[in-house]
Amino acid sequence: MRKDRPCVLRVEDVTMQFGGVVAVNDFSMEEYEGEIVAIIGPNGAGKTTAFNVITGVYAPTNGRVSFNGSKVIENFPKGKMKKGYLGENAGKYTETLEPTPDKLTALGMARTFQNIRLWPSMSVFENVLIAKHMKRTSNLFSATFGANRAEEIRQREEADALLETVGLSDVRNELATSLPYGKQRRLEIARALATEPKLLLLDEPAAGMNPQETVELTRFIAEIRDQFHVSILLIEHHMDLVMDISDRIYVLDFGKMIAHGTPTEIQANEKVIDAYLGVADDA
Amino acid sequence: MKQEYRKKTSWGALLAVLVFLAVVLWLDQIIKPTNKMYMLLTVLQKGSVYALAAVSMNLLNGYTGLFSLGHAGFMLIGAYTYAIFTIPSSARDAVYQYFDAAVRFSFPEALSGVMGPAGTAVGVLIAVILAGLMAAFFAWLIGLPVLRLKSDYLAIATLGFAEIIRAIFQWQKLGPITNGSNLLKNFARTSKFKLELGDTKLVLSTFVPVLIATISIIIIVKLVNSTYGRAFKAIRDDEIAAEAMGINLAKHKMLSFTVSSFFAGVSGAMMAMVLSIAQASNFKSAMTYEILLMVVLGGIGSTSGSVIGSFLFVAASEWWLRGLDSGSFLGISAPGIFRNGFRLVVFSIIIMIVVLFFRKGIMGEREISDVLRSRKKKAGGTAK
Repeated sequence: MRKDRPCVLRVEDVTMQFGGVVAVNDFSMEEYEGEIVAIIGPNGAGKTTAFNVITGVYAPTNGRVSFNGSKVIENFPKGKMKKGYLGENAGKYTETLEPTPDKLTALGMARTFQNIRLWPSMSVFENVLIAKHMKRTSNLFSATFGANRAEEIRQREEADALLETVGLSDVRNELATSLPYGKQRRLEIARALATEPKLLLLDEPAAGMNPQETVELTRFIAEIRDQFHVSILLIEHHMDLVMDISDRIYVLDFGKMIAHGTPTEIQANEKVIDAYLGVADDA
Repeated sequence: MKQEYRKKTSWGALLAVLVFLAVVLWLDQIIKPTNKMYMLLTVLQKGSVYALAAVSMNLLNGYTGLFSLGHAGFMLIGAYTYAIFTIPSSARDAVYQYFDAAVRFSFPEALSGVMGPAGTAVGVLIAVILAGLMAAFFAWLIGLPVLRLKSDYLAIATLGFAEIIRAIFQWQKLGPITNGSNLLKNFARTSKFKLELGDTKLVLSTFVPVLIATISIIIIVKLVNSTYGRAFKAIRDDEIAAEAMGINLAKHKMLSFTVSSFFAGVSGAMMAMVLSIAQASNFKSAMTYEILLMVVLGGIGSTSGSVIGSFLFVAASEWWLRGLDSGSFLGISAPGIFRNGFRLVVFSIIIMIVVLFFRKGIMGEREISDVLRSRKKKAGGTAK
C-alpha cells in the first residue's frame, strides 16, 4: 500500500439498494496515487454497480465518495428508502451530492465500459477528439465562426499524439467499430485518457479477449500507468491479469466486501476461495 | 505521416455559392411573373424556405438524435413575430380589423425614418433575427421540461407543444397581438423587395429568401463541423458514452434544440415574406411531417441531402407533378384520371418507393463534398 502518497479515491460505506435488493452493501475502499487496484468477485457480486456509483451513473442509497481529497458524492436513505434501508449506517451521512457523470469526468475520473461503447459512426481520430470537447474554452459562437482555431488545432494535435502513444495512428481514419476487438478496447482506453484523468476506471478491460490479447493488454495497462501518471481502478474476471498487475485487490461477494489485500494475500484467503469455488455444505 | 490541421478555406465551395447567388439574382431579373418559367422562381423561393427548415430540423433529428416534431410551432412563432413587427402603420388598422392593434411598431418603417431606404432592409433583417430569437426563447422554455424525455416521448411532447401554440395564436383574447384567427398581411414581403440604384432597378423577390437561407445554412454547416457539432453527434451515437466523456447532456441538448428552433423561426419568417400572409392555421403538424419527409428523402444526418430533398419536394409538388391535377401530364391527356388530388396519389407512391428501397435517402450520411472527393480519388486511382 502506498499510504505515503495522497489518496485519490476514498469510498465510504457505500450502499446501493434497488428496492429490497442490496447490490452493494457498506462498501469502503481507498486508492492511493499511482496504484492499480482491482475489484474482483463472482458474477453478480456488485462490482459494476459499485463502479457505476463511483462514476455517478447511480446515486447511492447511502454513503460517500471523495475524490482527490474533496467530497464528490454523498447520499443518505430518503423517500421510499427511508424505511427500506437495510444497511447499518443510517444517519451517518447527511448531505445530498449527486453529480452527473460528466461533472466527475471534468474533475478527473474517466472510465471505459464493459460492453465497448465507442461512437460507431465516427473515425478512430474523431472518437479521441470528441473526448477533448470538455477541455474547450470556446463557446457556441466562437466555435461556429472559427474564432477558436488555435484551440481546435491544439486539440487535434493532442489527439494525434495520443493515438501515436497508444499505437493506433495507423488506423486513425478508420471507422471505430471496424477495428478488431482488442484495438477497440485500446481505443476506448485512449479516449478515456484524452480527458486527461487522474483516475482511470476500467470495467472488465479483458472481457472477450483471447490469451494473446490479454497479455498485451496487461502490458498496456502497466505502461499507461507510468506514462500518463494515472491511478487505475479495474474490475476484472481474468485472474492472470489481476494477479499480475494489481497492487491491491478488493473482493466482493453478494455486495459485501469479503477480503482485501495484496495479490498473494488474496490468493491464500480462504473466504475468497470459498466464494469462487463454493462452500461444501456440512454433511 | 504528419497531419495537416490548418483547414484550407474551401474556395471552391465559396465560389460555387457565389455563382449560385448570382444566377438567382439574374433569373430574378429576366423572368417576369407572366413568363411560363416563373414557376422556377416560385420553387426557388419556397424551396429555400423549406431547405432552411429541413436543415434546422436535421440539426436536431439527424445530428443530435433528438426526435422532435415541434417544427411547425417554431416556424409559426417566427412567422408571426416577423409579420407583426413589419406591418407599416398605414396598413395596421386595415389588418387588425376587429381588434385594437397592441404592437404599434414596425422595424422597417422606424429604421427607414432614421437611415433612409437602407433602413428598410436593415429593419427586415432585424425582424427576421427577432423572429429566430423568439422561437429560440420558446424552445428554451419548453426545452427545460421536455428535453428530459427520450425518443418517442419527446416527439409526442413537441408535437403537442406545436398544436398548443397554434391554438393559442388563434385565441381571440390575444387578438390585439396576433389578430386572432384572422390572417396577418401587408407586412414586408418578397414580392415588394427591390433595389433601386439610379436608373437600374433590381428585383430581389427570389434573391432575398435564397440569400437568407444560404447564409443560415452555411452557419449551421459551420456549427456541425465545430467541436459542438461533434459533441452533438457523440450524443446521437451513444448518450451514455458521451456523458462519461464529460459532455453535459442537458446543456448540449438544449443548445441544439434552441439553435434548431432559432433557424426554424427564421424559416417561418421567410415563409411569411414569401407567401405574403401569416396565418396560424397554415402551420399544422402536416407541415412538420412534410419537412421531416424532406429530411428523410435527402438522408438523415446530411445537410446537403436536406437541401436537395426540400428543393426536389417543392419542385415536384408545386411544378413537375402539377399536370396530374389538371388533365394532362407529360403529353398524355386523360382528364378522367388526372383530376384534382391525383397528384397526391402519385406523390405518396413515390415516397413509399423511396422509403422502401432507398431507406438511407438520396445522400445517406454523406455531403456533396464527400461525394466529389471520392469521385476525385477514384479518378486518380484509375489514372495510375
